[in-house]
Amino acid sequence: MIHSLFLINASGDIFLEKHWKSVVSRSVCDYFFEAQERATEPENVPPVIPTPHHYLISVLRHRIYFVAVIQSEVPPLFVIEFLHRVVDTFQDYFGVCTEAAIKDNVVVVYELLEEMLDNGFPLATESNILKELIKPPTILRTMVNTITGSTNVGEQLPTGQLSVVPWRRTGVKYTNNEAYFDVVEEIDAIIDKSGSTITAEIQGVIDACVKLTGMPDLTLSFMNPRLLDDVSFHPCVRFKRWEAERILSFIPPDGNFRLLSYHVSSQNLVAIPVYVKHNITFREGSSQGRFDLTLGPKQTMGKAVESVLVSSQLPRGVLNTNLNPSQGTYTFDPVTKLLTWDVGKINPQKLPSLKGTMSLQAGASKPDENPTINIQFKIQQMAISGLKVNRLDMYGEKYKPFKGIKYMTKAGKFQVRT
Amino acid sequence: MSTSALYNDQGGAEPAVEAAQESAPTSAGSAAAFGLFSADFKKNEDLKEMLESSKESLKLDAMKRVVGLIARGKNASELFPAVVKNVASKNIELKKLVYVYLVRYAEEQQDLALLSISTFQRALKDPNQFIRASALRVLSSIRVPIIVPIMMLAIKEAAADLSPYVRKTSAHAIQKLYSLDPEQKEQLIEVIEKLLKDKSTLVAGSVVMAFEEVCPDRIDLIHKNYRKLCNLLVDVEEWGQVVIISMLTRYARTQFVSPWQQDAVFDENNEKTFYESDSEERKDQMESKPYIMDPDHRLLLRNTKPLLQSRNTAVVMSVAQLYWHLAPKHEISVVTKSLVRLLRSHREVQFVVLQNIATMSIQRKGMFEPFMKSFYVRSTDATHIKTLKLEILTNLANEANISTILREFQTYVKSQDKAFAAATIQAIGRCATNITEVTDTCLNGLVLLLSNRDETVVAESVVVIKKLLQTQPSQHCDIIKHMAKIFDNITVPMARASILWLMGEYCERVPKIAPDVLRKMAKTFTAEEDIVKLQTVNLAAKLYLTNSKQTKLLTQYILNLGKYDQNYDIRDRTRFIRQLIVPSEKSGALNKYARRILLAPKPAPVLESSFKDRDRYQLGTLSHSLNIKATGYQELCDWPAVAPDPSVRNVEVPQPVKEWAPSVGKTKQAKSDKFYSDDEDEKEEEGSDSGTGNSSSSSSSSSSSSSSSSEESGSESEEESSEESEKTSSDSGKSSSGSEESSTESESDQKKKKKKKKNIKKTLQKRNKQPTVADSDSDENGNGPVKRASSSSAESSSETDSEDSLDSDPPKVQQNKNIQVKSKPKVEKKPKNEVSLLDLDDFSPAPTSAPNSAYVSSSLLSDLEGLSLSNVSTSFQVTTPTFGPVKTYELLHHMTGKGLSAKYHFPRQPCLYQPSMVAVQVTLTNSSDHSLEEIHIGGRNPASLNIHCFNTVERLESEASVTVSMGIDFSDSTQAANFQLCTKEDQFNVSIQPAVGELLMPCTMTEQDFCKEQGKLLGMNETSATITMATASTSVQTVRKQVLSVANVGVVSSSQSTFHRFAGRTVSSGSLVLLSLEVKDSAAVLTINTEKSVVASMLLRDLKQALAQA
Repeated sequence: MIHSLFLINASGDIFLEKHWKSVVSRSVCDYFFEAQERATEPENVPPVIPTPHHYLISVLRHRIYFVAVIQSEVPPLFVIEFLHRVVDTFQDYFGVCTEAAIKDNVVVVYELLEEMLDNGFPLATESNILKELIKPPTILRTMVNTITGSTNVGEQLPTGQLSVVPWRRTGVKYTNNEAYFDVVEEIDAIIDKSGSTITAEIQGVIDACVKLTGMPDLTLSFMNPRLLDDVSFHPCVRFKRWEAERILSFIPPDGNFRLLSYHVSSQNLVAIPVYVKHNITFREGSSQGRFDLTLGPKQTMGKAVESVLVSSQLPRGVLNTNLNPSQGTYTFDPVTKLLTWDVGKINPQKLPSLKGTMSLQAGASKPDENPTINIQFKIQQMAISGLKVNRLDMYGEKYKPFKGIKYMTKAGKFQVRT
Repeated sequence: MSTSALYNDQGGAEPAVEAAQESAPTSAGSAAAFGLFSADFKKNEDLKEMLESSKESLKLDAMKRVVGLIARGKNASELFPAVVKNVASKNIELKKLVYVYLVRYAEEQQDLALLSISTFQRALKDPNQFIRASALRVLSSIRVPIIVPIMMLAIKEAAADLSPYVRKTSAHAIQKLYSLDPEQKEQLIEVIEKLLKDKSTLVAGSVVMAFEEVCPDRIDLIHKNYRKLCNLLVDVEEWGQVVIISMLTRYARTQFVSPWQQDAVFDENNEKTFYESDSEERKDQMESKPYIMDPDHRLLLRNTKPLLQSRNTAVVMSVAQLYWHLAPKHEISVVTKSLVRLLRSHREVQFVVLQNIATMSIQRKGMFEPFMKSFYVRSTDATHIKTLKLEILTNLANEANISTILREFQTYVKSQDKAFAAATIQAIGRCATNITEVTDTCLNGLVLLLSNRDETVVAESVVVIKKLLQTQPSQHCDIIKHMAKIFDNITVPMARASILWLMGEYCERVPKIAPDVLRKMAKTFTAEEDIVKLQTVNLAAKLYLTNSKQTKLLTQYILNLGKYDQNYDIRDRTRFIRQLIVPSEKSGALNKYARRILLAPKPAPVLESSFKDRDRYQLGTLSHSLNIKATGYQELCDWPAVAPDPSVRNVEVPQPVKEWAPSVGKTKQAKSDKFYSDDEDEKEEEGSDSGTGNSSSSSSSSSSSSSSSSEESGSESEEESSEESEKTSSDSGKSSSGSEESSTESESDQKKKKKKKKNIKKTLQKRNKQPTVADSDSDENGNGPVKRASSSSAESSSETDSEDSLDSDPPKVQQNKNIQVKSKPKVEKKPKNEVSLLDLDDFSPAPTSAPNSAYVSSSLLSDLEGLSLSNVSTSFQVTTPTFGPVKTYELLHHMTGKGLSAKYHFPRQPCLYQPSMVAVQVTLTNSSDHSLEEIHIGGRNPASLNIHCFNTVERLESEASVTVSMGIDFSDSTQAANFQLCTKEDQFNVSIQPAVGELLMPCTMTEQDFCKEQGKLLGMNETSATITMATASTSVQTVRKQVLSVANVGVVSSSQSTFHRFAGRTVSSGSLVLLSLEVKDSAAVLTINTEKSVVASMLLRDLKQALAQA
């Protein structure tokens, strides 16, 4: 399946290669570079590129291209999904997935890649199995290894590999047993010029951090499970229980994992927690444009809208801006024409605004499209869909775990057309 | 730096080593240090020294640097001899790194690589499965042809390894060996065949991958494993799922007939109603069609559906394509939501998913129409994502939603991303041609765009307008005039060419403007692009033919210019046109037809989606993504006209678990049962549900084979019972006198023959008139233990449903024990036992012994120690059940139970321990990899709950199972009995909730008695309801079957065929429950008379459901 993997950085250097079958010359990446040149933006490189003898499937994450070389028919999503899993694993191991981190830990990276694929077919991608095979590098462990001469590599087959619950290793022990769940919902919306909602939907995830001793069996039930329209589960969730009772019953993996992602049914009206008043005009013939933006909260159920960040890609004709924020800071990059305004918290009494002028290229005609405004925000302690966890029970172990649940609403792809 | 400390310790390290260490790859930004070749070379020298040193840590460090070199693509092959020496190192990390090195360079240094082989051969025998597996991995990854035989041997051995992990590795090794030496194909196929039979979920994915790589055409290998793969699918790791699903898609296409035959009926509108409907309803819909889906086909669809909820996008996509290619058309829409969900994922995932949706949406708009808004474009999307979304929106456009879509398109046209804006204009053009209502609107909109400032937008508009005008030129002179007006401002060649073409084509409609345009073109001809020049020549020719007076000179001028153009294409065209239009002696006949040739009416171009013919490729494949046939692409063949023999998939289902004591020998069976048995139950149920009138074809193998197994068990039990009689008689013979033994035996032999005949007769009889079984039974029950035993066994063998073999079998074993035990209390009789045995036949049946005997015959499941035959009041005659449906319920899932799983069913036998208890049989299975000890029942809730526990199971081996029986006093309520199932280490809370029908015991009575009793239970004690029955179920047999399947009651013989009566007593309090059912056509009146009104209402509800369903 996957023949080789090349890691290419933003400047086009191949800084790591790994082959699972016989060696494929790195010159195969020339086809990739060609496609990269043709694409105007880094994101526009097509994920699947055919070459005379191979196929290149690539993903772009953290400004690194992960290019897999394929020789014969394989579902492209299979490869894409795997590559993303590789990135996730790196992130898990090194905290960040950057060129420097990969270069620093090249041996661990190589050991990981060796375990993740055998002959191009995924072998172990489950993070807890990998962690038993290859221990993540920490400063402490490096020290200990130097002194004792022990290694980072496990000698035994990971316990998860053979069990019916491959995602959990046995013999987990904690002094403080705790299980935290974060219900995070994201609002994807497109708001049109007049402020009416064109499309809005809520996507949610439940991320869990479970640190429990032994083999706990958890059940999580919701007050209003009907809200969940389409769900996808971590493999640990028992699908039949969900189908029958709408209860999440699972033996959790150890540590952090995504338990569930869901989509709130589109029938429900989505509350839009912020509104934007905007007045962005370019006048014909003049080299000045007006920029006027005010944000305000609505339908927030009394919760504060925090960490608001507004960004907008201004038209190419804009040379510079002279704006005045009522709060927060704004930056404008004259090269990329990206305007960002870090607003912070919205105070309902004194609405934040950003007003001023834009100077346009002299003689250039007026841009025909007004920029789109992207907004990010966070609202703590609220799930905008109204989803509520009813209770969490633990079976199979005797101790009493500490349980916690947190709700948060965020903006996903929240765009305002102007 | 951790290593520096090390070096300092080691005082004698050469300075060179230290220098090397300074720029070790583990430090950031060292890449530059390796830039120079000379430096590289020198480093390698140091590495060699380090590798040959005796210090383990030095070696490890050297290897880490070597791996760093490999990772950056530097050549480290010259270190091979130094590295390969370390292959036998004790240090596992060092060893692993050596493996990495070996796999990378063995191909180049074949001779040296051979040095390492013996190490691997040794490791293949290691007791540690992990070491065995990694040895095989590396051995098979060394691409050295000489070791092919060694690899082959290793693979064969590993394929039979006890550890599934090693077997998995061997499946991977198969592919490696095959790519190294395709000659080995035949032998490898044998290994694949063997591994396909493997029941481990770990192996399944890998071996199917090997199958796909080595012998994808050997579909015959799949037959026997098809059902197993379907059932295992949910538990296979996600990557394996993808491979298995795509293989099964191909398989299904060759084995089943098309479910799309009546699809003409299902048009888009119909589909919407199905969209929300549950799978059950859809199935009902299916039934009304003459097409009956092969149950195996259904099995595949059903077992893949939950995987739509997978977090792995590749799995979801593969299920979606499976549904697309295999499911009946109206079921395909179940995948929609999941596919739309994937759009939230990474950019690359979106890209592939959108491509597939684009192909799907061409054929089936309705599927994605409700999700139209999910395809709205955001300014932050990448361009290729935008264009794909546009494509889909265009595909989804119809009369109803076109206005929304066009409004959306208006925004897109103004996008800063001009390539995307251009694509939008094309999309508008497509909408305009597809939906005639909006053609004019679109056209006007496009004309407005002609005044746009951006050139690409204008150009694209012109091109699209040109195409649109071609479809209806007559009404659009104004547009053509407008275009002529803006012609000067347009610089994009394609757009200019399009306008020129339009002028030429419709020159008769704009007779004044066209020559003027030509005049302008003549001026700028030399400066134009080739494509514009060609169209200019074209325009000139057409004008010459229609309006030669005005344009003759112009045309000649242009033709002269063209004649000396640099481009040979233009020169060619000019020459051709001149010959065609300008009459001369040489031009001949063609000249006459010039007008007809040039001004022929031209068909309008069809604006089609670029995804139109993508569906020739299987969805989700690389070939589909690229729209080119990729190497190794396997065509998805068409459905066969006639389905190949479905029986090839039949597998001999192993006998269901019936061991009393755990037995290791049957682990395989236990295992197959453990995970999926409930699935199979479901399947069977469904098979019988959906197969109305066609049960023969839909009865799956499991039912047929299990029925055969029940036959087997029947004959077995007969044998056993005769053996039994022998034993008892001989036993008793012994106790009386040894000398009589021979005669006893011979006599009992004769007896046996007689009995056998009788048994057979009886069986036949029973088959014919099942309802009277109860009566006849009680009559003959007096015949003594031997007779009883045999009759009951005959009964169970003849009557039980397929599944009954499960409980009809183990009883027998105990039966004789019970009988022996039972004989103990009757001490006085004992000496004469033998005589009585012989004479019993002549005895008249003793009615008093009837209940007792019933107990004995049905107390089969108890364990011996627990045997306490309390003297029960026998005022009612309890009979053995006449119908034994065994519904198995799950008590403890193996996931919850850490490997211990438990299932229970109600054997419908009177409980041995206490008459007020309901007998429950629990099958415990150990699916973990270690044995479980001391399985017993712990605390119960409520504490007052009266449970007779089974004896502690001391030890349950891995993958073994054991069936135990227990008694629970439910006190005639359906409240669940909660208790703990404990092993040595763990406790699991479980609960048994009985169906109300299980709280009854059948009893026999005559019709008169029934009526008399019923008379006493009127008023408050009577509950009745009218039921609409399915027409198929009005026959006597089916009604009885239905009723008996719900409730454990006895049949009361009835004088009228439309009147059914059943009688039973509640187990705990012994209250009578009388059931009568009067059938009139398809309606029926069901009356229940009992003091227990709760029981009555619940029973009524259950029966109503059962009868209405049948």
